[in-house]
Amino acid sequence: MSNTEQLEKENARARTPRRAPVGPAQVILALLRKELLVELRTLESVPGMALFCVTIFVVFHFALNQNAVAGQEAAGILWVSLLLAAMLGINRLFVADADQGGFDAFLLAPVDRGALLVAKALALLAYLVVLEVVAVPAFGLLLLGPSLGQALPGLLAPLALADLGLAAIGTLVAALAVRTRARDLLGPLLALPLLVPVVIGAARATAPLLAANDSGPPAPRWLLTLGLYDLVFGLIAYAVFDFLLED
Amino acid sequence: MKSWSRHPAGSSEMDRRPPGAVNRDSPAGSPFLPGLRALSVTTVLAFCASLSLVFFYVPIEAEEGFVQKIFYLHVPLAIVSLGGFVLGGLLAIAHLRTRDARWDLRSYVAIHMSLIFGAAVLITGSIWARASWGHWWVWDEPTLVSFLIVFLLYATYQPLRFAIEDPERQARYASVFAVTAGAFVPLNFIAVRLSASYVHPRVLGAASNLPGSMAFTFLVSLVAMALLYATLCSYELAAKRTRILLKARSRILGFQ
Repeated sequence: MSNTEQLEKENARARTPRRAPVGPAQVILALLRKELLVELRTLESVPGMALFCVTIFVVFHFALNQNAVAGQEAAGILWVSLLLAAMLGINRLFVADADQGGFDAFLLAPVDRGALLVAKALALLAYLVVLEVVAVPAFGLLLLGPSLGQALPGLLAPLALADLGLAAIGTLVAALAVRTRARDLLGPLLALPLLVPVVIGAARATAPLLAANDSGPPAPRWLLTLGLYDLVFGLIAYAVFDFLLED
Repeated sequence: MKSWSRHPAGSSEMDRRPPGAVNRDSPAGSPFLPGLRALSVTTVLAFCASLSLVFFYVPIEAEEGFVQKIFYLHVPLAIVSLGGFVLGGLLAIAHLRTRDARWDLRSYVAIHMSLIFGAAVLITGSIWARASWGHWWVWDEPTLVSFLIVFLLYATYQPLRFAIEDPERQARYASVFAVTAGAFVPLNFIAVRLSASYVHPRVLGAASNLPGSMAFTFLVSLVAMALLYATLCSYELAAKRTRILLKARSRILGFQ
């Protein structure tokens, strides 16, 4: 074998490095890492969402002219505030990708398109968890009459299930609205009716926990409703998401 | 694209076929479906029959009196409207699978017509609620509330659709919306029904617990309403196709 032949062979090997095929979990993790990194560096969504939510509590205090709320009223205020704050994050979720070519770059990669949905939904879920870590104690401090400490363990399940629903529906709606002319208007218009069942389930499950005289754990059917709704909409979002990313 | 051409599948459908190609659905290049005349006549006859039954045959309900007859208008309207929303979703699935713009046109027409029917449902429902419960709107009627939520969701169909410039993407995004919303219709009804406390008894549930004459009249009204929906959809489809054909022809003649 001559020297040049060997060199060519080595070059060819260097050009086509042998790598294990990229699994879906790796793709999702890479995309999620990128999302969180961008958010950490720009701080575009989460601080705004948290601040907005706390501001809404203050607005509710003056609009209702009440120092403390409890029961269904408290659950309603908490969920309306969280929903509106989540809407801010949903509206911003795909803006950078649409404006700065993120969609095109993603489409060039030979990976499953559903990975983008999953990664974005996980990122939104992370934003919502951070939002609630700030907003729920703030709610307990500012508006809630009964003490938050007792209700907190029971609150975790409805919060987690509602966050899953918000993440699935929010990601789908954000992808639908982002490449339209009126994206800021269409996002909430599409998302709010779709999220009404989530609000029904979450508010009903939370109300007994926030009641003045502890009225026991929430009826399990609300958690079940939330879980089923999350599951069905997660599947729907996964089924139709591919069609939003074709050009 | 000119601004007057608001039909959804306009240029993409045109691009798919050679200019001037005749519509495959009908002979001689007419955009009308064959049998549209027969369908129209049947609808008129069915509506005459249903209205005669409502006003001259079915007995006046004992508790609510004459105003209960709006039931034969309101409930069929609601059923046909919801069916149309789900139909729009199914047609949208066909569009996403085949990429044929004609399915998108059909899905658009089905949802558009259901929205018009839906507005009529809310108006007739309000009138009925006012007459029998004394309020224009009642929150403890889960069917009415879930219908409002569905109506509000579908009211964003056209703003979404016409906020997208590219006709191909417009059709695709509208179909994704139609599929999602079509699946949302039954889910939403289940969720709202769960949330309602059954304090108030349901005045009229399914047609099964109606007396015979009322059930018969209700079924005839339902068929008449479904026929009306089909006829109006066919006319709207014909109008859209005519406009597409006209555009194609005028392009050949160099008007555009």
